[in-house]
Amino acid sequence: MVQTHVETGLAADVESWREKLDAHTREIVAWHFDPSTGCPFWLEYAKKLDWDPREEIHAYADLRKFEPFEDEWLRGGPVRRWVPKAYANDPVYVFETGGSTGVPKSRINVNDFRIDYEIFSDTLSDDDFPRNADWLMLGPSGPRRLRLAVEHLAQYRGGISFCVDMDPRWVVKLIKSGRVDMMHEYKEHVVNQALTLLRAHDNIQCLFATPKLLEALCERVSLVKMGIKGVFCGGTQLTRQFHRFAREELLEGKIGFYPTYGNTLMGLACHKPFDPADDFCVIYHPPCPRALIEVVDPDNTDELVGYGEVGRVRLTTLTKEFFMPGFLERDEALRLPPCQKYPWDGVGDVRPFSGFATPIVEGVY
Amino acid sequence: MLHIPILRNGNPYTSVESVELVHHATGDPMASVSQANSGMVVRDIGNMDDCVLESFTVRELFDLSRKAAELFMTASLPVGDEMQTFDDYVNQLSSSTGMPVGYCRNNAAKIHRVMDEIEIVVGGLTRGFDVDILDQGYGTHNGGTLSYFREGRIFGAVLPSNSPGVHSLWIPAISLKAPIVLKPGREEPWTPFRVIQAFIAAGVPKEAFGFYPTDHGGAAELLRCVDRSMIFGDANTTRPYENNRNVEIHGPGYSKVLLDDKAADNWQDCVDMIVASIETNGGRSCINASAVWTPKNGRKIAEAVAEQLAKRQALPADDPNATLAAFANPLVAERISDVIDHGLREGDAVDLAEQFRGSPRLVKQGRIAYLLPSVVWCPDREHALANREFLFPFASVIECPTSEMPNAIGKSLIVSAITDDPEFRKALMDSPNIDRLNFGMVPTFKISWDQPHEGNLFEHLYRQRAFQIEPAA
Repeated sequence: MVQTHVETGLAADVESWREKLDAHTREIVAWHFDPSTGCPFWLEYAKKLDWDPREEIHAYADLRKFEPFEDEWLRGGPVRRWVPKAYANDPVYVFETGGSTGVPKSRINVNDFRIDYEIFSDTLSDDDFPRNADWLMLGPSGPRRLRLAVEHLAQYRGGISFCVDMDPRWVVKLIKSGRVDMMHEYKEHVVNQALTLLRAHDNIQCLFATPKLLEALCERVSLVKMGIKGVFCGGTQLTRQFHRFAREELLEGKIGFYPTYGNTLMGLACHKPFDPADDFCVIYHPPCPRALIEVVDPDNTDELVGYGEVGRVRLTTLTKEFFMPGFLERDEALRLPPCQKYPWDGVGDVRPFSGFATPIVEGVY
Repeated sequence: MLHIPILRNGNPYTSVESVELVHHATGDPMASVSQANSGMVVRDIGNMDDCVLESFTVRELFDLSRKAAELFMTASLPVGDEMQTFDDYVNQLSSSTGMPVGYCRNNAAKIHRVMDEIEIVVGGLTRGFDVDILDQGYGTHNGGTLSYFREGRIFGAVLPSNSPGVHSLWIPAISLKAPIVLKPGREEPWTPFRVIQAFIAAGVPKEAFGFYPTDHGGAAELLRCVDRSMIFGDANTTRPYENNRNVEIHGPGYSKVLLDDKAADNWQDCVDMIVASIETNGGRSCINASAVWTPKNGRKIAEAVAEQLAKRQALPADDPNATLAAFANPLVAERISDVIDHGLREGDAVDLAEQFRGSPRLVKQGRIAYLLPSVVWCPDREHALANREFLFPFASVIECPTSEMPNAIGKSLIVSAITDDPEFRKALMDSPNIDRLNFGMVPTFKISWDQPHEGNLFEHLYRQRAFQIEPAA
C-alpha cells in the first residue's frame, strides 16, 4: 500500500528543505530578472508587469504570482531570447521536446543536463552501475537531450557510452498512419543494433532503455547473461505492472532497475528506492530545489490535491539557465508525500492527462 | 471481492493493476480483473508450447470437449480463489453486461451445444474427412491422399463484450490442437474464463490456455505474436487487420432479410420472422438483421414490424420478460441515438417504431440507459441509415427491385432470402456480397454449426500440402 501521509519525524527535514527551496527561488528569480544576468525573454516579460519579481518573490509559494508558463512560449524563435546574458559567451545547446507535428518546444542548455545527470549519478548504486563500466544508450538522440545526458552520465562514472538512435517522431508517424508492421520493423532494426553492440563489447554493463525497447531487447536475450548489471529506464509512462514485470521477469530479479521521470524542460526526477510496501507504484521525486513537481486540481490549478489523490502535474524549473514557473504538463499523477531520502513531495503512477479531448499518442519508445 | 486473474500458461497470476467490474444498474463493485501489460502477453506467447495438445488425438479432444460442455453447464469451477456455479456465472454475466438473464442462459446453451456437438462442428469445418488425418498428418479420403499441417501454432482471439454467443467461434480451435490465447472483452471476462476452466477440469492441459485481460496495446501485441487469430469489433477496431490473412475479422454483420415479389405480396406472413431476426439476443449480434429489403410494400412491412417492436420495454435484466440489454455506459446509448436522429434529419427516412411508441428510443434509468427498438423506413436506399448496424434492435426497411438486390445490398454476413424464385436464388448464390445464405423463413440468427461462416477456423489453422509416400515393400 502506497504511503499517503507524511512520516512522523520527517517534519524537520521537510521544513529545512522548504527553507532551502525558498532561498533558492529568491536566488534564481534575482538572477533571471537582473539585466546583467537574465535572459531577454524574462527581462522583456518583467517590463510588462506592474510588479517587480525581485521585490515580491520571497518564497517558492510566491511564484504563483506569475501566470502559468505557456508551452507556446517555447515554440519557435528567436531561441536566443532564452539565453541568460551571463551565458552569452558560453557554448549553448538547444534540446527539443515534442515535434511529431508542428514546431517542437525548445530549451537551451549550457551545463544543466550535465548537472542534472551528475545529481542522478549520486543516486545510483556502484553495484548496479559499476564505476568504469561502459554503457549502452538505447533511445532517442537527435534533438533530444537524452543521448548527451546519458553519455555524460557514463563519462562522469568513468565509462564510455555506446549509442543506438531511435527517432520517436518517425514512430509516431507510423502509428498515426496505421503502418504498425513498419513500426515493428523499425523496432527490430533498433534492437538488432543494440544486440550487435552488446555482443561485441564485453564491458557494457549499464543500460539506458525506454520501456518498449527494454521489452523488445529482453525478448531476444537475457540481459543477465549479457552481463548487464543496471538498467536506467524512462522516456515514457511506466505502469506499476510494467515495473513489476521488468524487475521480476525482464531483468530476472538480478539487475538493478531505476525508473525515472524526466523531460527536457524539468530535468530528471529520481525513483524513490524500491520498497515492496509501495506495491510497485513508480514514485518519483524531483531534483529539488532545481525543479519541483506539484500535483494540482485540473479545474483549479492554484490548488494542490491531497496526498494520495490524482491531479495534473505542474512543473517548475529553477536553474540559472532556465526559469519555468508553473508549467502544466500533459501528465497526471498521484501526489505522494516526502520520504526520508527526498523530504519533498513526490509523484506516483504518472500517466497521460486524461482530461484532454484528443488522446495523445504516447508510449512510442 | 471476487478476483479474476490472468492465466499464464494456465496458471493464475494476480497483476498489480486491475479493472473493477461493477453491476451495470447499481454500480456496486462485483469483481476486480487483473490486467496484463503488453510485454507479458508477448513474452508468454513466445514461451508457449505449441505442441501441448499434440499428445492427444482429435477424437480424444472431442471427448474432452464433450466433458467440458457438461462441466460448463453444471460444475462449480474456479474463478480466482472462489468457486463459481453455473447460476453464479449467468448472474455475473448479466450483472456486468446488462444482458437479460434469459439471454445469458440462451447464449450459454449455445456455447454448450458447440462444445458438446464438437464433432459435428469440426465435421462442418473440415467437410467431413476423417479427422485421424490431422493426427497422422496424412491419410486417405475419397480414395485420394490428403495431408494437412497446422500453421496456427498458437491461436489468439480478441473478444467482445456484446454477446457471449460469439465465444462458440473460437472453441473448436482447442479440438484442432491449437493452444489458445484470449483477450476478453472488458465487461465480459466471465464466459471465456469459465470455458477455459471447464476444459482444464475436463483434462485438457492448462498450459494450452492463456487469458489476458489487457488494453488496446496488449490486444495488438496478442494479434501480432500469435500465428492465427480472430478479432471482434467495429469497423474502426478491425480496419488495421483488413489485409492481414493471419487475422480473421468478425466485424459488423449488416445481416439482412430479403423478400422477393411473391413474399412482398404476402408480407404479413414474414413479419414474425423479420421481428425475430431483428430482436433476438437483444439485437446486439452481427447475426441480427439490420435491414429488410423488399421490392414493394416497404412502408407497410416497416409499419407492421415497427408496431410489434414498439411494444418492447426497458425492463431489468433479471425480469423474465426482458428482451433488451441495458447500456452500462449511458453515453454510448446517447451517442447511438444521436447518430440515428442525425440521420433522420436527412431525406424522408422516419423511425416508425418511435412513432408507434410515442416516446423516444433513449430511456435513462438511474445510471444506465436503454435503446428501445428502431425501425427506419428508408425510401432512399442510399440514405445514411439504410445500411447501419447498432448495438440494439435496429433495422432499416428499403425498397429495391430483386434484380438489383444482390449487388445493391453490399457486404452482408447473413442473408435470409424469402423466395422460391429460381432466378433470384441463383443471383443470390452468385453474389460475393453474402457470407451465409438462407433460403426461406430462416431467421438470420439461426445458425447451423456444421456450416461455418465468416471464415473457416479449420482452414485458418491448417494448410493442405501435397504429399506422397512410397508404398511399403
